[in-house]
Amino acid sequence: MELKTNQPMQDGGKINKMMALNLLMGAAGIYLWWTIYRVLPDLSSWLTYSLLPIQEGSHLGSSVEFFLYDTPKVMMLLFIVVFGVGIIRSFFTPEKTRAFLSGKSEFAGNILAALLGIITPFCSCSAVPLFIGFVTTGVPLGVTFSFLIAAPMVNEIALGLLYGLLGWKVAAIYMGTGIFIAISAGWVIGRLKMEDQIEDWVTQTNAAAINMEEEKLSWNDRIVYGWDAVKEIIGKVWIYVILGIAVGAGIHGFVPEGVMASIMGKGSWWSVPLSVIIGIPMYSNAAGIIPIVEALLGKGAALGTVLAFMMSVIALSLPEMVILRKVLKPKLIAVFIGVVGCGILFVGYLFNMII
Amino acid sequence: MEIKVLGPGCAKCKKTEQLVQEVIKETGVEATIEKVSDMMQIASYGVFGTPSVIVDGEVKCTGKVPKKDDIKKWLGK
Repeated sequence: MELKTNQPMQDGGKINKMMALNLLMGAAGIYLWWTIYRVLPDLSSWLTYSLLPIQEGSHLGSSVEFFLYDTPKVMMLLFIVVFGVGIIRSFFTPEKTRAFLSGKSEFAGNILAALLGIITPFCSCSAVPLFIGFVTTGVPLGVTFSFLIAAPMVNEIALGLLYGLLGWKVAAIYMGTGIFIAISAGWVIGRLKMEDQIEDWVTQTNAAAINMEEEKLSWNDRIVYGWDAVKEIIGKVWIYVILGIAVGAGIHGFVPEGVMASIMGKGSWWSVPLSVIIGIPMYSNAAGIIPIVEALLGKGAALGTVLAFMMSVIALSLPEMVILRKVLKPKLIAVFIGVVGCGILFVGYLFNMII
Repeated sequence: MEIKVLGPGCAKCKKTEQLVQEVIKETGVEATIEKVSDMMQIASYGVFGTPSVIVDGEVKCTGKVPKKDDIKKWLGK
């Protein structure tokens, strides 16, 4: 076992016992998780119609059942996905990613940056130091953008929720198109040669290269890392999930079938750009927006339109623009919004056409 | 000892500063804490993620809230 090699010999036996105990608990946990997950549909309808005095087939019943089913389901899926992604992330740091991307050629660099954007632990409040660290140490501007676009857009919260609420196909489509937009938008920005649109002080900063000794993490540390991610992320988003599902439940029960078809349906060409524009000033995380999106889909909204709306809300946010304005001149910000916006439009129209 | 906590002021940064303060109080180490929130200054340290902790000019941790035990170690306790 890898763990043992990192430890002094005399601890080996003890560590192995701990490891076995952890594995056993993990297996029991997964079994319990799976059991609860499987009975959720029955449980929610039993709670709604047998325990509560609600009539089967009523608007209220439909809303309440939706809420009681989706809330625990989404929480459970988030738990698993955030934990898993947390463990993957413990293998990456922004420093390693930078070293890896520095000096890469443009196209391959864009692809790598978009993929690394998903798995590198990074919080949007450090977008500025990260941007400076990247561009001043030889990562091309376009490649840096691929990273900055992918990081918020394709995230574990969105994937967990999409998988839970809309199935793996939609989750895969979202992930695939998100990566595609990050790669192509970054590549376009790189081609436009806008290096002079970075604020002057950024290039004058001589960011001292730091030599921090790399931490050696054991498997136990990585599990703790994943667990911390669960506590932090779920602690932060649970309220949005519940609010989002509550609004979604309201739509599900009370909005008539097909009413969305005329507004967000395939027929109206203007619905895709409108969704993108409405999405930009809306600042919500994936947790709050996806349950609403699910309900809209159920009422006849087209998948492409809904994807465009979701991506615009998550990837193009005003607060992030304000942060980036510190390092980018307005023209580059405008290009950034324009290029990513076009990518989202393309995805929206594409899926309205093929599905 | 001179400790700097780098961060624009997000929740994690505040938590880090608070932890460092607690450790100083508990261990009685003589140290000054400075909160650096200016982006230019943060960038000049070459760190990629915030919060970061710098002790006597040496970068000790970046991009995460450190554990109390780690802070104690950096302060030589």
